[in-house]
Amino acid sequence: MIEHLPALMIAVPLFGAFTTPLFKKKPRAAALWALSITAVTLCLGILLVKEVTTKGMMIYVFGASSPGLVLPSGYHVPVRIIFEVDAMGAFMALSAVLMSFIGAMYSYSHVKFETGLEKYYALLLLLEVGILGMVLTGDLFNLFVFLEIAGISGSALVGFRNYRGEASEAGLKYLIVSAVASLMVLFSIGLLYGEYGNLNMAYLSTQIGFNTVDIIALGLLFTSFAMKCGAVPTHYWVPDAYSEVPAGINPTLLVATYASLYALFRVSFSLFGKVTLTMSSVGWIMSVIGVLTMFIGVTMALVQKDVKRLMSYHAISQTGYMLLGVGVGLTVINDPAKMAAFGRDAMAGGIFHIINHIIYKSLLLMTAGALFYVTGTRNLNEMGGLARKMPYTTIAFIVGAAAISGIPPFNGFASKFLIYETSYQLNPLLAIFAMVTSILTLASFVKVFASAFLGPPVEKYENVGEVPKPMVAAMLILAALCILFGLFPNIVLNKLVYPAVDALLNLSGYQTWGGVL
Amino acid sequence: MTTVIIKTTTKYLAALILTFGAYIIVHGHLTPGGGFQGGAVFASGLALLIVACEGDVIRERFKKVPLSALESVGALGFLGMATLGFMGYTFFRNVIANSGFPLFGEPTPLGINPGYLNTGGTLPYMNIFVGTKVLAGLTSIILVFYLLLEVRENE
Repeated sequence: MIEHLPALMIAVPLFGAFTTPLFKKKPRAAALWALSITAVTLCLGILLVKEVTTKGMMIYVFGASSPGLVLPSGYHVPVRIIFEVDAMGAFMALSAVLMSFIGAMYSYSHVKFETGLEKYYALLLLLEVGILGMVLTGDLFNLFVFLEIAGISGSALVGFRNYRGEASEAGLKYLIVSAVASLMVLFSIGLLYGEYGNLNMAYLSTQIGFNTVDIIALGLLFTSFAMKCGAVPTHYWVPDAYSEVPAGINPTLLVATYASLYALFRVSFSLFGKVTLTMSSVGWIMSVIGVLTMFIGVTMALVQKDVKRLMSYHAISQTGYMLLGVGVGLTVINDPAKMAAFGRDAMAGGIFHIINHIIYKSLLLMTAGALFYVTGTRNLNEMGGLARKMPYTTIAFIVGAAAISGIPPFNGFASKFLIYETSYQLNPLLAIFAMVTSILTLASFVKVFASAFLGPPVEKYENVGEVPKPMVAAMLILAALCILFGLFPNIVLNKLVYPAVDALLNLSGYQTWGGVL
Repeated sequence: MTTVIIKTTTKYLAALILTFGAYIIVHGHLTPGGGFQGGAVFASGLALLIVACEGDVIRERFKKVPLSALESVGALGFLGMATLGFMGYTFFRNVIANSGFPLFGEPTPLGINPGYLNTGGTLPYMNIFVGTKVLAGLTSIILVFYLLLEVRENE
């Protein structure tokens, strides 16, 4: 049964998503059902990571008579939909299943009093399916389909509190951005399909050359995935979407954003691996976009008063670190000496930062959701003195804020330090921007901490208490992960991150489906 | 909103459109079209019927139709057909084709032929399930819009 894991990763949450709407008028049952489905998927995800890191890439051919049959007798090109799971895909899948589980646990209490919960959980599971499909697939059109699934279910969830006008606006904005990005992706898939007559990414990457149509396709794919991962200058949808979505969806929505980042990396390293090997400008573009993203994101965060909006701008800024780390690696990919000296470590920093950021930003957004749950407002000026009332939330917030500012021994420090050290060797200016951004991040989180948790108690919140247990549990799990990843970064790096980096760099392995041919 | 013209046209056209939709769904594995297209045609026939009737009648009739449950059943059926492949093969494997199963399992003859309905394995089943899902989904969307329009007019 173990060889069916990649298909089960899609089938199980899809089954959950289709059965959840049947629990109409029983929101408790729907929540528990979704929680158990995400728990099962989490177990499957852990199994998948274990399998991929010990035995290497997993191939799954849909509809074939056996999972590994890429080329049936007499075929020279693959024709079926193929899932190609390497360590990078498994790494992203692990983040997705973990965060969906945490999100479902948090949602159990957080959205208890809303209506239409069976649809909420069905959409949460569909979003998970979309992310998992995006990160596991080896087929370009399949990638587009799952991108659409994630985009549509994500925008429906952003607009979930439709009695608030802002939520509907944010949902519509996210829908339009997703639709534009997906259309551009579809257009470039059309270009590549018209040219090479195939949709398999591994096969396409062996064929792609240096002609104009390919470069147009690369530009379109690069732009649209950068748009969906919230890089400057197409970051405008992030603050709206993140601050309006219910906090229980935030972890999954974050992973959905980084699934697009994964697709960006996959396009740059695998699909167009032959082109980027000779064109270091792609790597430079990625690094410069990264620096711009982190700096513009953080400067806009400094002036915010809405706690979730402030954190959303930080999410943009942190995406910049990942782009910078991986971009530095991509810049020196054609120079083996530099690659060994700092390129590989830079990419490790960028990819390690993905999971670190997903963990601590989910934690922070969930503490903001907890503040909203007890106070009913997101305005920092109206809060105060909540540390005495909500001790667990305060601890979780301190851990998250320290992690995002890159203070040792939390996980943010581990990945940021790798990025500072390596980007300095490419160009010192890059590292200086990265450090300044980190200091500004710390400044703005000190502001949040002081105005929400410290200070004299506010009369209005005399009777508020700690949030319900499932929310506390979800936050404390993430806080524990922040500390663990910070204390033992070498274990995570060796077990998860370096295999993922090597999988991205192993172009010939990807092109031959892990040595099947 | 409804007029004699709409009512009279619907009387003749609705049955035709519904039959055509069902035809496209069931013949999905032989002719152009399939579950989605047929389901959309079927739903447009239902939309015509909805438009031709009074709001109260529609509300009364559709109260008993479990549209969202039908949607789930369609999707689950599709997934179920795909999971059949886990019996020894892979996900989405067409296990029924050419197996001699009485419904849609006949062996497909080679060469030029008029097209045999009783072939195709899991494909016709999937078409039918997708058709169910699409017609339920689109009909419920139309219904929501129609009933909203009623509310707006009454205000």
